Amino acid sequence: MSRRRKIVNAVMLSLTGTCTVFIVGILFIILGYLFWNGARYLNINFFTKLPVPVGESGGGMANAIVGSGKLLLLATLIGVPFGFLGGVYLAEFGTGIFPSMVRYMTDLLNGVPSIVIGIFAYGVVVARMGHFSTFAGGLALGVMMVPIALRTTEEFLRAVPQSLREGAMALGASKARTIATVVIPAAVKGILSGMMLDLARVAGETAPLLFTSLGNTFWSPGWNKPTAALPVMIYTYAISPYDDWHHQAWAAGFVLLALVLLVNIVARQVLARTSHAR
Amino acid sequence: MSTAPSVLPRPRASQFAAKLRAGDQLAYTLTLICAASIFLVTCLLVYQLWAGSVLSRQKFGWNFIFSSTWDPVKEDYGGVPFMFGTVVTSLVSLLISVPIGLGAAIFLSEMALPGISDALTFLIELLAAVPSVIYGLLGIFLLVPVLESVVVPALKSVLGFLPIFAGPFYGVSLLSASVVLSIMIVPFIISVSREVLLAVPVDQREAALSLGATRWETTWQVVVPYASRGIYGSIFLALARALGETMAVTMVVGNTSKVQTSLLAPGNSIASVIANQFNEATSDMYISALIELGLVLFAITIIINGLARLMILTTGARIAK
Amino acid sequence: MGSAPEAETIVGSTKQEPIIDSGSAPKPEETIKLSTELLSFYYGSYRALYDVSLNFYANRITALIGPSGCGKSTFLRTLNRISETIRHTRIDGKITLDGEDVLSLDVTNLRRRVGMVFQRPNPFPKSIFDNVAYGVRVNGLSRGVPVREVVEKSLRRAALWEEVKDKLHESAGALSGGQQQRLCIARALAVDPEVLLLDEPCSALDPIATAKIEDLLFTLKDDCTIVIVTHNMQQAARVADNTGFFLLGKLIEFDQTEVIFKNPSTKETEDYITGRFG
Repeated sequence: MSRRRKIVNAVMLSLTGTCTVFIVGILFIILGYLFWNGARYLNINFFTKLPVPVGESGGGMANAIVGSGKLLLLATLIGVPFGFLGGVYLAEFGTGIFPSMVRYMTDLLNGVPSIVIGIFAYGVVVARMGHFSTFAGGLALGVMMVPIALRTTEEFLRAVPQSLREGAMALGASKARTIATVVIPAAVKGILSGMMLDLARVAGETAPLLFTSLGNTFWSPGWNKPTAALPVMIYTYAISPYDDWHHQAWAAGFVLLALVLLVNIVARQVLARTSHAR
Repeated sequence: MSTAPSVLPRPRASQFAAKLRAGDQLAYTLTLICAASIFLVTCLLVYQLWAGSVLSRQKFGWNFIFSSTWDPVKEDYGGVPFMFGTVVTSLVSLLISVPIGLGAAIFLSEMALPGISDALTFLIELLAAVPSVIYGLLGIFLLVPVLESVVVPALKSVLGFLPIFAGPFYGVSLLSASVVLSIMIVPFIISVSREVLLAVPVDQREAALSLGATRWETTWQVVVPYASRGIYGSIFLALARALGETMAVTMVVGNTSKVQTSLLAPGNSIASVIANQFNEATSDMYISALIELGLVLFAITIIINGLARLMILTTGARIAK
Repeated sequence: MGSAPEAETIVGSTKQEPIIDSGSAPKPEETIKLSTELLSFYYGSYRALYDVSLNFYANRITALIGPSGCGKSTFLRTLNRISETIRHTRIDGKITLDGEDVLSLDVTNLRRRVGMVFQRPNPFPKSIFDNVAYGVRVNGLSRGVPVREVVEKSLRRAALWEEVKDKLHESAGALSGGQQQRLCIARALAVDPEVLLLDEPCSALDPIATAKIEDLLFTLKDDCTIVIVTHNMQQAARVADNTGFFLLGKLIEFDQTEVIFKNPSTKETEDYITGRFG
């Protein structure tokens, strides 16, 4: 065989390896730089204090942390029930045109850019109420959660073998009972991890919050006021001209990324151990 | 002999059956409503985009997608600078990420040992979980300085004569946005391409090898073409992602609403201009124009996503019997 | 059951003695094209082949028969070293092609000289023409001779030319199963192999397609040496000059086909031939 072919073979195959190393390297650089900078500027004030005006020291993002928590709580309360029950419908009752259309629409909604979801929530809530609010932000994030929650639920329910359902029904259980007591428990691990991944994804979303929950330098009790959120703070501080705020942005980035990655890794490990491992 | 005892159970039995049926009916209705809510939300979304942009659509008509003027003062709005920015950043990011992503996918499916391949893929898929705003943060403080100090001078010295690399570089630019985007979308290309490559039947590879082909020739001339539809699908998927990316882009693109030929110049994308200017919009017409941009973006992403899904589903279908 | 003087059987004994080719002494003009000597094969620590020594005579068809899992396919795949594509495998012993040690030859060159046709037709997702031309192009054999001529010649040798000559540029996937398999044969023939290995080539085909391929093999043996693994004893009886019987990774008996089927030397062979086990 010609030397040229041998050389081409060796060169191209090593190039592919180089590409892989390059990308994994980028991952490590990203993580490393963020964690190094984040850890540097992270302190107890970050978690306990409110933001302070530029120039003063000792500020933190306590309100943003709480704000993000509230937004995600609301998002979960909206997104999970609709997504979960909708998924149950598609998996257990769904044949025909209507379910196919629902599936198509779900994929469609999933592909919509998050900024457009923000416009949607703005029109439905903010414009009508006349002001920004935590509720509007939570709604936007909740709507973003539904498609993935739905598809995940459907996927894992479908993976439960038909024989389990038949076994329960043969004993006299109604369809609803079978689903609730046999099918869902069998799929619960996968569904739960899917929901966790969904939540982690939505936790990092900024765009839909920009004109729904907006932001706040103070606490925002209740659901009707605009609220600070961690990703939005990162954005606002990062594009500002102040070094102090840049440091805060790094700290916030550290916290946000650490949480998101943690949830991701845990959820994927759980997923890998279900029988429906990818 | 009284037959009374045999009469009593029947009413109870039909009650029981009714309860059963009610439980099923309830479950069916409840879950149906939730599934139907998707319909409601999607229709409401389209309605919001359509109704919210009515002022702008009526004033500018089709001109909106041909005009490159964006003047909030004169209330003259046109979408071209942002469509341009969206298309350019997305395409350039594909140009960067597709070769590298495909190369890595090939390595992970054809060369790497299964354990290593799985571990590396896991890590690479973690990249996809990093929030957009964090990419933006790193973009501003890590990527842009690197581009400014090392990459762009090198580019300019070799290719500076090209119009796309002309002009001064101040950090925030279409190029910076494209590079950030390429890092964000490369995990999608790798993940999907690797899966479709792994799904190519073993005997295709064996057939090529037993004809005397080298491993690279087998991979490039037989395995990759077999999986080509799925690979194109992954590219479209990545493209759909890139088109809608907001935060990372808006933090490094420069936010200038003008069309310029150089990649080194600042620009804007549809998503980033909406993010930037929505809260500053002072008039109803202004907001309406921004919402119309949202409508345009919505339409584009639906088409691209649909194409992507179609391709991934039909990979290898030509040869399947 | 007669007994051939040189035959040795070890089934039932615990020591691993080599099986010697018990075929009749080669006629003066019969040359050995390909041979193995004490060939053993391991998947990890599992031993799949035990000291197989076998001669393949030039321009003859040799069939390898035996029950499922007896190692005949494994053996075949060592001959062109396609077995090396599976990890953690090991070959012990010697394989010689025209006197040269196969294990130290350049493997891509070896595979051009020793071609293979697989159990299920596996045409590439290309046109009929490009399928046949593939081996030619990739090995750079098209210099001097127009590719079109080589393709036509190979398709004629595979008895497929008349059926496809008007649709050479259509996809190979449009052909029937039998046609696809003949296409794979044409593809293998296009690089002018000295030996052609066929691994149960007709097992996925109907009787008519099978008959066509069997007829084909008779015409091909003038130009190359053929080794065919088959699950179908009648096929071996119809087609092969010599036959080897494998059982549990060992070569039990090897002789002219007539002898194996009419007058086997070992009980195991006789039991298999007469259908006492399968």
